[in-house]
Amino acid sequence: MSRPEEISPPEIFYGDVEATKYTSNTRVKSIQAQMTRRAMELLALPEDETAFVLDIGCGSGLSGELLDEAGHVWVGVDIAPSMLEVALEREVEGDLFLQDIGQGFGFRPGTFDGAISISVIQWLLNADSSSHSPAQRLTRFFTTLHSALKNPSRAIFQFYPNSDDQVQMIVNAAQRAGFGGGLVVDYPNSKKARKMYLCLMVGQQEIPKALNGDEMQVDEDSSLGMKKRREEILNEKRRRKDQGGKKGGKKGKKDLDAKEWIMKKKELYRSRGKEGVPNDSKYTARKRKVYF
Amino acid sequence: MVRLITHNMLACHVKNCTKDNFPLSFSDVELVVRPAPENLEFIQRFLPKLDWSALVDTARSLGDESLPEQMPDQWTEEQLKALHHVLMELHVEEGNMTCRGCGHVYPISNGIPNMLLAEHEVGR
Ligand SMILES: [Zn+2]
Repeated sequence: MSRPEEISPPEIFYGDVEATKYTSNTRVKSIQAQMTRRAMELLALPEDETAFVLDIGCGSGLSGELLDEAGHVWVGVDIAPSMLEVALEREVEGDLFLQDIGQGFGFRPGTFDGAISISVIQWLLNADSSSHSPAQRLTRFFTTLHSALKNPSRAIFQFYPNSDDQVQMIVNAAQRAGFGGGLVVDYPNSKKARKMYLCLMVGQQEIPKALNGDEMQVDEDSSLGMKKRREEILNEKRRRKDQGGKKGGKKGKKDLDAKEWIMKKKELYRSRGKEGVPNDSKYTARKRKVYF
Repeated sequence: MVRLITHNMLACHVKNCTKDNFPLSFSDVELVVRPAPENLEFIQRFLPKLDWSALVDTARSLGDESLPEQMPDQWTEEQLKALHHVLMELHVEEGNMTCRGCGHVYPISNGIPNMLLAEHEVGR
């Protein structure tokens, strides 16, 4: 079967039917949640602080919901109106924008404390109606994103490249835009579990460790980065302490299911007496019209 | 769902539009107030990111006069609460955001601003 990004641009592929299908599919949901949790872990925001986060390709708000649960304030952009429509219906807390990321962002310098993106940036390289080349769009995207992030901060992208060339093209564009960082490949030897995360850094930072496998570092000596990339096999090590007391080995946040994780997170925030831990209540909107 | 916290961070991203590209001015606005849980610690940490005069002007253009002309040096809880209200609880649901620099209009419909540019407006 063809990959969706090879069939048509995202705003067309994710029409009304696909958007609803995508959002209600439990398998898609659980994979998406798992990847979002991992991306948030790699994002490494301070545990006890509310951050201002950009969700690139927020779709129907599946990732946004997890950002809500973690107590963050977020802004989501997506090019598919029907996905945003679903996000509205689901009453996510973030501000939503209809935006083509290949056209760049207008956010002021240092706006966001971090950015995440789940299964989106491969779209920048594929079927598209734009007159701008993928290379131009990638450059515009990364340049304006770099500027919109504060220093230091991170942007974590889970994505599905269909070739090494694509990976290289993306990494090169990110580097030219001023990002440091590299690729983290979780479970590289498992066809099913393998997931690729591009971890971009603003300012000097260490690249996070992959789960159960390789970390492919961007070669700092080479302007072409991935072309001459060194593959470093690093000992698997939990980078961050686990609140639940599970230490070391392959178990950690990743093995908790979505609900457990959310409950844990909510408890954590409540135990700190944090106000505004999102719950399921809906705020009744009071309408006030202003004309001028 | 355009909150002023987001609007205050948003400039026009049309190609070569670098003068008077911030803040985007609202017009034909339908405003909704949605109470949001108070997180004053977050608001306080956000202060350095704000463009205060743009925020005050924008809030006033939406009929909210609660913010002082000058950003306070020492914040009272009362003031932080007022700021929380302006940043987190005012949602522009319908209307336009217009760039004073190039004139580009970003329409807001159903709380979602359309940030899509025509091909000739895209920077590279
Ligand atoms: Zn402009």
